[in-house]
Amino acid sequence: MNNTSLDDTIAISLSVNGTNVSARVSPRGSLVDFLRHGLGLTGSHVGCEHGVCGACNVIVEGRVVRGCLMLAVQADGAQITTIDSMSPDRYVLALQQAFYERAALQCGFCTSGMILQAAELLRRNETPTREEIRDALSGNYCRCTGYHAIVDAVQTASHALNATPSGNRLPG
Amino acid sequence: MSSNGAGKAAGYIGKGMPRAATRRLVSGRGRYVDDISLKGELHAAFLRSPRPHASFKILETTEAKAVDGVIAVLTVEDIETVCGPWQCTLANAPNLFSPPQRPLALQRVVFQGEPIAMVVAMSRAQAEDGLERIVVEYDDLPAVTSIEDAIAGEARTHAGAPSNLALEYVQSTSGVELAFDKAAHVVHQRLKFNRKTGVPLEPRGILASYDPADDAMLVHASHQMPHQLQLIIADLLDMQLNKVRVICPDVGGGFGIKMHIYPEEMAVCAATKILGRPVKYVADRIESMLSDVHAREHVVEASMAIDSDGRISALKVDDIQGLGAYSVYPRSSTAEGFSALRAMGGAYKIEQFSARLRSVLQNKVMTGQYRSVGHPVAVAITEALIEQGARARGESSIVFRKRNFVKASEMPWVSPAGGRMIDLSHYECLDKLLILSGHAELERQITVWREQGRVVGFGLASFVEFTATGAEGYGRAGVLVSSQDTVIVAMDPTGMVTVQSSAAEIGQGIQQGLAQIIADAVGLPIVSIRVNLGDTQASPHGGGAWSSRGAAITGEVAWQAGRKLRAELLSAAAAILQTEAEQLDLVEGDVIEKPSGRARMTVAELSEMIQFRPYDLPEGLRPQLTVAHGGGRGGDTFLPTNGVQAALVEIDKMSGKVVVLKHWVVEDCGRVINPLLVDEQIRGGVVQGIGEALYEHCRYTEDGQFASGTLADYLLPMAADMPDVSVAHVETPYSGSVLGAKGAGEAGACAAPAAILNAVNAALAPFGGSVDTLPISPVAVLRAMGALQGVAA
Ligand code: FES
Ligand code: FES
Repeated sequence: MNNTSLDDTIAISLSVNGTNVSARVSPRGSLVDFLRHGLGLTGSHVGCEHGVCGACNVIVEGRVVRGCLMLAVQADGAQITTIDSMSPDRYVLALQQAFYERAALQCGFCTSGMILQAAELLRRNETPTREEIRDALSGNYCRCTGYHAIVDAVQTASHALNATPSGNRLPG
Repeated sequence: MSSNGAGKAAGYIGKGMPRAATRRLVSGRGRYVDDISLKGELHAAFLRSPRPHASFKILETTEAKAVDGVIAVLTVEDIETVCGPWQCTLANAPNLFSPPQRPLALQRVVFQGEPIAMVVAMSRAQAEDGLERIVVEYDDLPAVTSIEDAIAGEARTHAGAPSNLALEYVQSTSGVELAFDKAAHVVHQRLKFNRKTGVPLEPRGILASYDPADDAMLVHASHQMPHQLQLIIADLLDMQLNKVRVICPDVGGGFGIKMHIYPEEMAVCAATKILGRPVKYVADRIESMLSDVHAREHVVEASMAIDSDGRISALKVDDIQGLGAYSVYPRSSTAEGFSALRAMGGAYKIEQFSARLRSVLQNKVMTGQYRSVGHPVAVAITEALIEQGARARGESSIVFRKRNFVKASEMPWVSPAGGRMIDLSHYECLDKLLILSGHAELERQITVWREQGRVVGFGLASFVEFTATGAEGYGRAGVLVSSQDTVIVAMDPTGMVTVQSSAAEIGQGIQQGLAQIIADAVGLPIVSIRVNLGDTQASPHGGGAWSSRGAAITGEVAWQAGRKLRAELLSAAAAILQTEAEQLDLVEGDVIEKPSGRARMTVAELSEMIQFRPYDLPEGLRPQLTVAHGGGRGGDTFLPTNGVQAALVEIDKMSGKVVVLKHWVVEDCGRVINPLLVDEQIRGGVVQGIGEALYEHCRYTEDGQFASGTLADYLLPMAADMPDVSVAHVETPYSGSVLGAKGAGEAGACAAPAAILNAVNAALAPFGGSVDTLPISPVAVLRAMGALQGVAA
């Protein structure tokens, strides 16, 4: 076994939440581990490490991506946004407010992934039905809520966004 | 003494309010164990047995030790120098047989996934590299997997043990056989429950740091009861209790999975003690599926006797429960079986009862307490028998239920299964549920759907759930588990209140509930209350999160603590204002003169004066701004709650797949502190129950290989497959407390499987078939429809 090659590091440069980052990463390390342990951005979580739960969702080049299925080296040159961002977009803000008000989270471990996934839905479809919301979130596991409140919260956020098209006035 | 004070003061109690703490969580600013790091921390990984039962020898660790970054390779011999074994014993079941268990296996492994060696390295990846270089030789022994094989006893879970029977328990009233002899109808039901597990999204994890200079340990753990963990770490590592500090930070779900002692956690504590550096371990998902406690492996046979008046005269139950390789420490896996027995017969007045419980050892991971412990088994079997009994009598099961419910006038009534039934509302809940679900119209609709060829069914399940276990539950078993709490309420000079409590927050929202209770108890605005939980150094010993105890036990203690502070503040204000305390009130942080409602001073002014200018206070006045109250409930060791659930399901004729179209719950947890949060507890529990009924199954092959290691193999309820869940309440306050709150957190999980099972069997009834195994597989459904008999469907 050639152990040393596994621990050779590779240089990457990327933009994370608007900040340019250069780092040397292990070729076998996942993107979510790099963000969490390399950069200390612990807002995305690790629930399964095999692409099923959605807790690790991050935004890569504008698309929601499973941070556990992507290697850190694959993110070289990419623009990445995580829930930790201090300037989240209007969709994320509306969803955060609605999740809070509707108690659409309990332990909160799924919430970052849920909100990023729901934001992607609302960006695509500003007025989704309950079924469309359930379908869009069908790759995000939540053990606590039973999903009903999450669907409610996404609907509330959608209404709030439609009431404030400019996005300046926040709901609530 | 039910509503003195609490009812009158209610401003926040009973109000649906979002949890202040979730502002952090929606922003990704939660702090779970793996988000916390200590300087110099090392990472642990475990070598796990690939064999379900084998003797083994570790032949070689030097190569592992040579791997880059590896600091130590530890085996049981190393660990045993600092951490002793543990063994589950019950003082009130002295015959319980469960061998001692260790952080790492000694000579023999008894379930697949049991840890046998531990590598500690600079990174988790390096620790895992080290694992690959440990050489182990196994000598396979026959493995016991199914309950049936365990009972047959040809192979032994523990080589050399007399049998696989860990415990046998029987009880009977005197007239059971007579009741069956005289019965107009006798109905039977057999149900098989397959193992499932809790799957909290955050896996188990621990970060332990030992300070040799002080012989002290700091532990961060994803755990439900910090004080229990502290007590056991101190005991097993032979440390002074107050030198072990356990912090449970944000916890990503528990559901009972995180209340046990696991080999991995104890091995990490041992490793930090041996190495003198912080050691972290977070289970990956495959490890969680393999090593978290599983639950609900039962085969139950039951019969019900019904007399000629349509009254249930007797119930007979025979339950075999799978424990896995050990009875889990310290609470015992057998608690699930006992809990199931206690809940048998549920909402019904059944005077004659006999039961046999056999808890068997198997070469699988331990089973243990998981949300609604045992109750779903009892409710499923009872409610399946109710449907059968009604069918045998040719009447509606609603009529049959109502004839047999325990009536309010009959309570308190101690069931022969040992439940003291008090303050329950079976009739109100059922009536409310029938309205909520639009039952009459729904039945008409179902007829129409069936005529159109759709396979649909509606199922009901009444339930009694015992919650908020009192001290006698574990005390009489000699198990050191606290059912008490302490709440410390301290007012600062600005009039804000900091609360410390031994309750634990695992997402259920008790932190918010306590804030609401204390705000009302003292007379303060809720924003002034900050509740801290989950740190043994900040709070005296107490129970944590289990048995839906927060509102009923901690809440009651918090109310009392708040009233003490209120009394201190009012008498100080009265002395300063030269009036009587009775003439004053405290409302939203203002000291109010009672008749006029005029504000005389603010609590902040009062607190500032007490803190900084005590010399201005009247002579001899020494108000206490920090007060504590501790205790638990005296009577009603198992505090009953009740409710009714219903499900509407549709079966896909081609695939046999069951779809839950809608689910309803009417539930009575007494006084509801925060309806917003209680409803979501119910909904979350219902969906776990739907998972139990339709998807979740920890599969083992016949030779003991675990086959559900990933979330692709272990099916979970996901958003697209779940229905909306309607929830309503009946509030019958518990008469033995001031607040009148009872447990609510597990009620959803309690009866959802039963409602789904009854709904599926109602859908299958026109085909003359039925299902009797959970989870209900599409194949079983097709078979029950006669669709798998070679005839083109
Ligand atoms: S951790 Fe990436 S999908 Fe579960
Ligand atoms: S809130 Fe706990 S997993 Fe979703």
